[in-house]
Amino acid sequence: MKVSVVQDILSANDQLAMQNRELFDKHDICVINLMASPGSGKTSLILRTIDALRSQLRIGVIEGDIASTVDADRVAAKSVPVVQINTGGQCHLDAPMIQRALKQLPLADLDLILIENVGNLVCPVAFGLGEDLKVMLASAPEGDDKPYKYPGIFLAVDAVVINKVDLLPYLRFDVAAFRELVRGMNPDVRLFEVSCDTGEGIEEWTAWVSQERAKRLHGS
Amino acid sequence: MHELSITQHILDIVTKHAQRANAERVIAINLVVGELTGFVDDSIQFYFDMLSPNTLAAGARLSIRRVPARVRCSDCGKEFGPQGCRWLCPRCHTIGGAVVSGREFLVESIEVE
Repeated sequence: MKVSVVQDILSANDQLAMQNRELFDKHDICVINLMASPGSGKTSLILRTIDALRSQLRIGVIEGDIASTVDADRVAAKSVPVVQINTGGQCHLDAPMIQRALKQLPLADLDLILIENVGNLVCPVAFGLGEDLKVMLASAPEGDDKPYKYPGIFLAVDAVVINKVDLLPYLRFDVAAFRELVRGMNPDVRLFEVSCDTGEGIEEWTAWVSQERAKRLHGS
Repeated sequence: MHELSITQHILDIVTKHAQRANAERVIAINLVVGELTGFVDDSIQFYFDMLSPNTLAAGARLSIRRVPARVRCSDCGKEFGPQGCRWLCPRCHTIGGAVVSGREFLVESIEVE
């Protein structure tokens, strides 16, 4: 006997992501899901973002890692609320993990939550967390051919931040070609060039985050 | 690791529907997987073989229908299959467009007895 099912395989995750979304809406919190390869500078970008925006926004952080609290410790040193999720081997965060983590954050006192996903360019894309914005960090030393290898993430994100641009003189990374490639796949994507080390370009990135937060707040 | 949790989701959906149909066992599972999802058939099969024993779906045949990527040109509206990452409209040469298909990831049906 054939039984028709037609159910999205990720529907269980998506339902919980919707619940997270409702919670964010209730508290007027803008949430960014930051995805990238290991070592691309996700934590450094979060620290730079905290420094730049903490005078205008109340920021909380969720750190996802397979193990350790190294990243959360760096964030906690900035005296912002932070929750470390250890996935214990799973290569991505999912909506149930975020739901549990949110219980440990003072939601009523937050305007912006930055979620650092597990370092991986494939799996995090499939699991919505209820976020407002998906952002990918691509560091220059990783090479300019990433869009060829991981089209899924470039299609899914609202913005791509190219990090470590201070190293460009020493690398074969064609920024113009990279931009053209990414735009070709995702015409609406915003592109930023930053160095979390020198601080170059950070202002443009944080201005965008701030604008996006304001947009969502006023429902436009 | 990615396909491990995915395959668990598939098994959950399949056993739920099999129980609803009062089935004794699942013979076949029909999945629809879009080209842009990045899921690998062999990997889903590998984890299915690992996770399915002692469930209603033990020994079921996994059949995966792949859906190719199709994009609609944002300028002239022509639908085309992108060539790698060059999403170039073959008619008007505009770059990019809206994804029409290729993102599917469904349990379409199961066969039970």
